[in-house]
Amino acid sequence: MPDLSIDTELARTILTGFIKTEITRSGFSRTVLGLSGGIDSALACYLAAEALGPENVLAIRMPYKTSSKDSLEHAQLIIDDLGVQSLTTPITDMVDPLIERFPDMENRRKGNIMARQRMIILFDQSEAFKGLVLGTGNKTEILLGYSTLYGDSACAINPIGDLYKTQVRELSRAVGVPQALLDKAPSADLWIGQTDEQELGFTYEEADRLLYLLIDQRYKPEECVEAGFAANFVKAVIQRVRKNQFKRVLPPIAKLSNRTMGYDFLYLRDWGT
Amino acid sequence: MKLNLALAQINTVLGDVNRNLEKHLTLIKEARNKGADLIIFPELSLTGYILQDLVPTVALHPDDSDPVFNQLLEASRAIDIMVGFVEEDSRNRFYIACAYLSDGKVLHVHHKVYLPTYGLFDEGRFFAAGDGVNAFDTRFGRVGMLICEDFWHASLPYVLWLDGADLFLFASASPGRGLPHTNNGCEPGKLDSARWVDEINRAYAGLFTSFVVHTNRVGYEDGLNFWGGASAYNPDGEPTIQGPQHQEALVMTELDLNQLHRTRVRLPLLRDEKSSLVLKEITRINQKHNA
Repeated sequence: MPDLSIDTELARTILTGFIKTEITRSGFSRTVLGLSGGIDSALACYLAAEALGPENVLAIRMPYKTSSKDSLEHAQLIIDDLGVQSLTTPITDMVDPLIERFPDMENRRKGNIMARQRMIILFDQSEAFKGLVLGTGNKTEILLGYSTLYGDSACAINPIGDLYKTQVRELSRAVGVPQALLDKAPSADLWIGQTDEQELGFTYEEADRLLYLLIDQRYKPEECVEAGFAANFVKAVIQRVRKNQFKRVLPPIAKLSNRTMGYDFLYLRDWGT
Repeated sequence: MKLNLALAQINTVLGDVNRNLEKHLTLIKEARNKGADLIIFPELSLTGYILQDLVPTVALHPDDSDPVFNQLLEASRAIDIMVGFVEEDSRNRFYIACAYLSDGKVLHVHHKVYLPTYGLFDEGRFFAAGDGVNAFDTRFGRVGMLICEDFWHASLPYVLWLDGADLFLFASASPGRGLPHTNNGCEPGKLDSARWVDEINRAYAGLFTSFVVHTNRVGYEDGLNFWGGASAYNPDGEPTIQGPQHQEALVMTELDLNQLHRTRVRLPLLRDEKSSLVLKEITRINQKHNA
């Protein structure tokens, strides 16, 4: 089985350097992030506090009426531990009027509305706090497309998007994320009792090992089967990665002119800085 | 003879030549104050690395008519300088280049021959490839300069060695990648990309019984990081210095050039090298391929 362990000290050096550099070169010194009570946003918060100083980090809790109490409490543990600035903005009154308009709305739509409402709050606070929004999506969920487009995936920069979920856990442990967060089952917490692994149909550990071989090590699907993964699992994961490519790229612009953004107008975001 | 060498591992401003020039001049002065005879800068040190459509806006001409080179040439009266830049030739081709300046003159310009265009690299899309390598004489002996991907092709250091280079100056803007695993015995604190470069440079020093020195960018461009880690190896393949990972630094090291004599008495690989045999066999192989 592949080894997904990482040199956490080196990862920490690179990622805190990334946060500090990329935020300051755009003319900012502060960051805003949503703190869900899970380990992804916890890790991002620890890295940001180390990179920018806790006074320059605004952590926002945005519970919905069905959100678990644990989520709120776990987020508070981090706020207290790091001494970052914080804000609690419940979203129930904001999203319920929309949800109530469509009585037959299923969970996925409700979840997307909640994720996008949280995005609105983060970007509004970004302006008020004069800080860039920090992304908290990990490599596993980005590859599987397990996120809401223009919702939880929306951000200015993402420090943890090249770490698989199991690596997020390893780095979280190393930077001091409280044990209570490390121990619990990952959940988007969009409805009562939801867990990621139940919804996805496989564990992060299985998915990470397979994705590591497919993506990082460029294994062919049949080589993954030879390495011990079930053929239908390999097929399902590959299909999921492909079907969610649209979430990982900017919307294509229909080319008409001689010079078009995305095709032959090419500059890094860090242009001139 | 001793060579006091300064290896600048620096961050750059993407596409702002004047701000990068300022940093060069500051470091040149600092190196000179520390007694350096030669300072070397990383690949594209005057421009930044992922230039894309910025390439034509940052291109320079390495002569004293150029306002940027004019200042560097002036500074080179006190200390030799190797600097990285984009050169636009008289027919408007753009090259990744490095120049060696000494006593107000450009002694040599190298155009990067191998432009990586795979994985995260896209150089071949924006640059023309150099079509040759030459060693050249300096006040410290004969030198060969290569840029990053160039020294991943063993043929180029080999050709420079045959052309008389005893001191190899390598410059990179090497994007950091490959977080090492905890349990595989690798040196902690070093990315795979850093380890790969150090291993081959050390091998070149030992195989060519020559000095191999390397400097590399630091900082970030969008999500890419550059790992620094400047290094120098003596003709025995022993490190004389290793710069810090991921931090700007002016790394100083003294090279005892007499080591060439001592090592090559012990290990006369250069004396015994059969370049005619290599030529004969390469000619045969090429003829077979072309047939």
